[in-house]
Amino acid sequence: MAAEEGKVDPMKQFTIEPLFGSDWQLADGFNIAFTNSALWMAITAVVVWVFVAGGMKRQLVPGRWQMAVETMTGFIDDMLEANIGKAGRKYVPYIFSLFMFILFGNLLGLVPVGVIPGVHAFTFTSHFTVTGVLAILSFSIVLIVGFWKHGFHFFSLFVPKDTPFVMAIFIAPIEFVSFMVRPFSLALRLFVAMMAGHVLLKVLASFVIAGGGAGPALGAAVGIPSFVLMVAISALEILVAGIQAYVFALLTSLYINDAENLH
Amino acid sequence: MPQIVQIADTLTSQVFWLLVFFGLTFLVVGLGMVPKIMGTVDLRDKQIADDLAEAQAARDAADSEEAAWRKRENDNRAAAQGVIAEAKAAGAKASGAKLSKAQKRLDTRLAKAETAIEAARSSAMAEIEAVAADAARDIVARIAGATVEPAAAEAAVKEVMAHG
Repeated sequence: MAAEEGKVDPMKQFTIEPLFGSDWQLADGFNIAFTNSALWMAITAVVVWVFVAGGMKRQLVPGRWQMAVETMTGFIDDMLEANIGKAGRKYVPYIFSLFMFILFGNLLGLVPVGVIPGVHAFTFTSHFTVTGVLAILSFSIVLIVGFWKHGFHFFSLFVPKDTPFVMAIFIAPIEFVSFMVRPFSLALRLFVAMMAGHVLLKVLASFVIAGGGAGPALGAAVGIPSFVLMVAISALEILVAGIQAYVFALLTSLYINDAENLH
Repeated sequence: MPQIVQIADTLTSQVFWLLVFFGLTFLVVGLGMVPKIMGTVDLRDKQIADDLAEAQAARDAADSEEAAWRKRENDNRAAAQGVIAEAKAAGAKASGAKLSKAQKRLDTRLAKAETAIEAARSSAMAEIEAVAADAARDIVARIAGATVEPAAAEAAVKEVMAHG
């Protein structure tokens, strides 16, 4: 997928590059090179920490920042209470971290730091290796909680309540497949949504550049509408960044609900 | 797609650094800060609920106090009305007795005065008769030159006066 000379490759933005040498090894063959992806994860972690730390004043009458942080924790708390009930409170730290990490990762990838020469924004949530690990984490919590609380009775999750035995024979395998697909759908949904938006923006950007290179008339005819569309789609991408983080957290909480309250 | 092309080279690095930074986020922010923030929120909610309950209790106390005060006030008012009515009745009785006493005194005085007036009148009448008899006798003596017995003159005067 090599780009031709002078053309914009919409996929180049997803390339992972080692920043401080590529020979960092944790063990033999276990490469842990600090890449641009790792850098943006670090930035995201720091920004999340700064955001939440700003709300740690613990005042009785909150300021704006504290109010914003408390709104976020309250939002996650309400979501878990609505989906899981009182038992959902103990998952707030995990779901909150997950939601904020994905949300800030998505949003930071949209920050136009590319206007500074040599700096490139990187959206680590557009890599299924990352979203896959997060999905596996959530799925593992579901499995651990489910088997911890219900033991082998957790398998009754695959037989919906009051199913006749004859139908259960057919339904159980389907339910099992749908259950096992969950981590994949969880990971792919976020990965695809983030990648698609960024590809679309880059494709439209290439239209602007190519139109501009083809002369003023064509540049105005193609470039200006493309640029207007880019602005609109950027706004849409900010919305998608929030929605996808919310969907990831919401689905995780729904799956945990299956484990916490079996039928 | 770099995500697929580079997967063999970058998988371990991606997973490692994600676990490091998401793990740090979870430990520091999720476990370290979020419970404190939610604790603050809970504390505030509890304080608000307590304040509201306290205000409600104070309001209820004030309401019962007011009801008690109203009852006491009504009782006092009723008692005062009773005292006033009693005093009015006693006053009316006393003044009635005084009035009747005064009336009686007036009546006796009136009766005495009337009898005195009657006596004075009758004595005056008798005197008028005597004067009239004397005058009649003088008139008869002057006009007729006759001398009338005082007794006869008196009788004549009496007769005339009786006819009035």
